[in-house]
Amino acid sequence: MKELRQRDITRALLRDIEKKTRELGGPVRIMEVCGTHTMTIHRYGLKQPLEEAGIDMVSGPGCPVCITPNEIHEACLDLLTKRENLILASFGDMTRVPTGRGSLQTAVPARSSRLKIVYSPEESLGLARANPDKEVVFFGVGFETTIPSIAFTAKKARQEGVLNYSVVASLWLIPPALRAILEAGETAISGFLYPGHVSTIIGVRAYEFIPQEYRLAGAIAGFEPNDILLGITAILDQIRNGQPGVANEYKRAVSSSGNLLARAIMQEILEEKDATWRGLGRIPRSGLKLRAPYAAHDALEKFGLSLNERSGGLAGCRCGEILRGVISPPQCPLYITACSPDSPRGPCMVSFEGACYISYKFGRRERSKKV
Amino acid sequence: MCLGIPARVTQIDASGLGKVDYLGTKIRVNFSLLEEIKPGDWVIVHAGFAISKLDEQEAQETLSLLREIAAKEDDREAGP
Repeated sequence: MKELRQRDITRALLRDIEKKTRELGGPVRIMEVCGTHTMTIHRYGLKQPLEEAGIDMVSGPGCPVCITPNEIHEACLDLLTKRENLILASFGDMTRVPTGRGSLQTAVPARSSRLKIVYSPEESLGLARANPDKEVVFFGVGFETTIPSIAFTAKKARQEGVLNYSVVASLWLIPPALRAILEAGETAISGFLYPGHVSTIIGVRAYEFIPQEYRLAGAIAGFEPNDILLGITAILDQIRNGQPGVANEYKRAVSSSGNLLARAIMQEILEEKDATWRGLGRIPRSGLKLRAPYAAHDALEKFGLSLNERSGGLAGCRCGEILRGVISPPQCPLYITACSPDSPRGPCMVSFEGACYISYKFGRRERSKKV
Repeated sequence: MCLGIPARVTQIDASGLGKVDYLGTKIRVNFSLLEEIKPGDWVIVHAGFAISKLDEQEAQETLSLLREIAAKEDDREAGP
């Protein structure tokens, strides 16, 4: 598989991309929807060579840590700080997202309560089994990549009757968010680089409304540098031919209808709801919640929590605009001067897939690096 | 968050639990989201679950496409 990273192939692909953008008469702006793609582009030093080849990559909303709005973090803070005898299980980066009341890491838990970082939803269910005398709440965040695992775990909890287990469902669907970005029309883009691992679940067909209704080019790509360049090449070909579509450049992992078993589990356990994204606002049918038979495992229902949508974020943080691709991280006045990974003021600087974190981490190196 | 790693299945039991080998490290994985997985298959692992089985033939096609590009590059560099 070394070909996926081989430098001479990268150079040849970049040269071909440059030729194509020149034929198209100028720079082409493409949104990479997924934060893991953002990471690959920067880690392999592709950002600047792509710019030189006439491709302006702009980051999209594909970081679940980043788009989870403040009010859900605050609901989890309430659970941790006000409920006694509770374990809040969370993926690590969610625990460092700042709110006006601090982060889950800096919060002081209520008596006999604690925060526990987990790597897998199943691990959180294991905690509930091991601690029958405590309430275990899993801060379940994710896109379609993660949602089936969370749904599977909730199903198992019900089957086994693990009554002390519940989930704060912070679950987000990519296609409605892409529609919202196109409807808002704030960001002029000529194509989407679709997220590879979300696509393993939802399949190629899930994006077909985009070329059909919006005439926008796009390609699904894997996560190696040459995967990404193949995706960009496919997008340019569609633009040149005037035939937008959904190219699949990650065929080894993605099929036209995705993972049917995983989709069936999602469908069985979860139902769509309107949801509010950080930066993108309220998007119809873009979130998921547990279906009625699972209400006992829905933490918001179980503990009677309500989400205060007016809670806002930290003053000055412009994550929202970054998530919509309207500004790039250095255009935020807090960037580096008042916001850094050590002392983040917003989630885009916390997550390993956040545009600000990635820009901070790789920005300096990129200025001196050549492919 | 959507980070997934390609790994080879080494072990799977009837309940859908098993292990993969990732760069020499054995990792516990839940295979319940996939059908018909057997040792030797390659999968993408995300948050403790295998979410996709890798198609070897498709992988080979991508690699041979990239090798063609590399060969053209060699010709170009060796050219006049």
